[in-house]
Amino acid sequence: MSNPYIVLPVIFQLFVAVTLMFSWTNKNLQKLISVVGSLIALLISILLLLKVNQEGIQTMQAGGWIAPFGITFVADTLSALLVLLTAISGLAVSVFSVGSVRNARIRFGYFPILHLLIMGLSGAFLTGDIFNLYVWFEIIIISSFVLITIGGEKAQLEGAIKYVAMNLLASVVFLTAIAILYGLTGSLNMADLSLQVAKVENRGLVNVTAILFLVGFGIKSAVFPLYFWLPASYHTPPPAISAIFGGLLTKVGVYAMLRVFTLIFIPDTFLTAVITIMAMLTIFSGAVGALMQNNIRKVFSYLIICHIGFMLAGLGVYSTLALAGAVFYLVHDIVVKTNLFMISGLIFKFKGTYSMRLLGGFYKEQPLISLLIAISLFSLVGIPPLSGFWGKLLIIQGALDSANILLIGFIVLGSFLTLFIIARLWSEVFWKDPQELPKKEHIKYFNELKPLKKQAMLASVVFLSILSLGIGFGAEWVMRMAMHIAENLMDPSAYIQAVLGT
Amino acid sequence: MKTIIFKSASVYLLPLLLLFSVFILLRGHYLPGGGFVGGLMASIAFVIHSFANGVENTKNIVKFHPGFLMPVGLALALLAGSLPLFMGETFMTGLWMDQPVPVIGTVGTALFFDTGVYLVVIGVTLTIIFTISEGL
Repeated sequence: MSNPYIVLPVIFQLFVAVTLMFSWTNKNLQKLISVVGSLIALLISILLLLKVNQEGIQTMQAGGWIAPFGITFVADTLSALLVLLTAISGLAVSVFSVGSVRNARIRFGYFPILHLLIMGLSGAFLTGDIFNLYVWFEIIIISSFVLITIGGEKAQLEGAIKYVAMNLLASVVFLTAIAILYGLTGSLNMADLSLQVAKVENRGLVNVTAILFLVGFGIKSAVFPLYFWLPASYHTPPPAISAIFGGLLTKVGVYAMLRVFTLIFIPDTFLTAVITIMAMLTIFSGAVGALMQNNIRKVFSYLIICHIGFMLAGLGVYSTLALAGAVFYLVHDIVVKTNLFMISGLIFKFKGTYSMRLLGGFYKEQPLISLLIAISLFSLVGIPPLSGFWGKLLIIQGALDSANILLIGFIVLGSFLTLFIIARLWSEVFWKDPQELPKKEHIKYFNELKPLKKQAMLASVVFLSILSLGIGFGAEWVMRMAMHIAENLMDPSAYIQAVLGT
Repeated sequence: MKTIIFKSASVYLLPLLLLFSVFILLRGHYLPGGGFVGGLMASIAFVIHSFANGVENTKNIVKFHPGFLMPVGLALALLAGSLPLFMGETFMTGLWMDQPVPVIGTVGTALFFDTGVYLVVIGVTLTIIFTISEGL
């Protein structure tokens, strides 16, 4: 079962990164390579998804060492779909970076690191080995450390310290959990672990390990008690970097939770209760946090937390319908959050500030761009038939089936608060009478940019906006895929068989 | 640290340590050693030289910016890893020559991968050290 397609998204990103490093001094060449490379990566991941759709789960044993001894790469529909979304976000951010990232940052290797980050993300989605997952997490973290500090502004470094400290802590917890799991079962292959963990008699230790995994992934995906590093750091780097962070980094944590808690640890009532309570509090604290903020990037940061809560709620309900909802919401959220952070960068380029109090009159000045932005904002709120609606609908349906009224209450509350926050943002930024803002010397405003840069920034926002419209109107297709993924998650026997071949 | 003993010793230590680092690199397949440790040793050779003779002189020996070794090493490792793909094997499968080469032993893709690591480690370490000592 040798299958080179699976690692191709990973190898190709490394190839692009290496090529970019060779052209270290030529910044225009770097931009070209990055955009073309991202386009090809998108094609590769589309092919991978098509192949998985047609032929079922694909596996590859690295180095020819058979599972469970070697490192297995597995592409099921969930992995392939997330790799595709990573490639889409990567392309959008790469194009946006052409327009918005300053030359000083490009000189310090912005583009190679961006592609290494995308490589890490694709690897994390594709691996079938829990320790290898840890390694990909490390690659993601190290690249993101560089991206968050590159440029070295004071605010950036302050945010980076919090980000680095919390993520290293999460890695330690995650690694400890892996060590205990290996001690219990003697295996690291996730499919094999699924079989082995079920046989372990010391259930207490298994539950403790599950909680450790929950804490580790919880810090990374910013759920309730452990989220405070996210709003403290995501608004500090340039918008292109915030976009890829906001769109993808927390979602890897969610993916890892979805994978680990459906394959290795089948949650009992205690664990689902813990996850549900965490989900409710995450939704609440994210939404309330967003209410308090004035900086639009901080508002979006808190909204990330709020919406991570929705996905966690899907996992907490733990039924096919709710998991399908969580997957659908994940798809929607990656596209929309990436877009929102790029939009915040676009607004900054026009106005020179992120403060809602100072901004105003954007609609009067730029009606077309405002309408474009409205698409993403309305998808975020979840106005039917836009993309945010369907995921929430599925999660609520799932929660109704298990009669979890309290959870539904929190989801509805979260949605209303999101609506309120977005409505306030719209009236403050777009409708309020503009006030005269002082021109800042060090900022290059949008109309001072070269036409190519303007087009690059607009094109990436248009691309993701069309995509989120597409997810909303083509909801049936995405929903069918999400249902298929949820069925596979609830019944991992196909996954296990594909890996172990028994 | 600019004593005559240290200065003259560093001249002889540089080639010796470099040679030893290559030995560690080659030894690493079955025994302790390998690209990472070898790379660190090679960079230590340059660090000792720079302590004794000043960073500027060490830079003159290296001739090119050590950062250039990073993409070269990565490319070599990537090539070694993906070479089996072209032979119809899975990614990272070790391919070996039939006949052993004298002195080195049997040559396989693992050696090239390790050499890639070796180069990357030298590149990274020297870039860090040169950058820090520039700031001093």
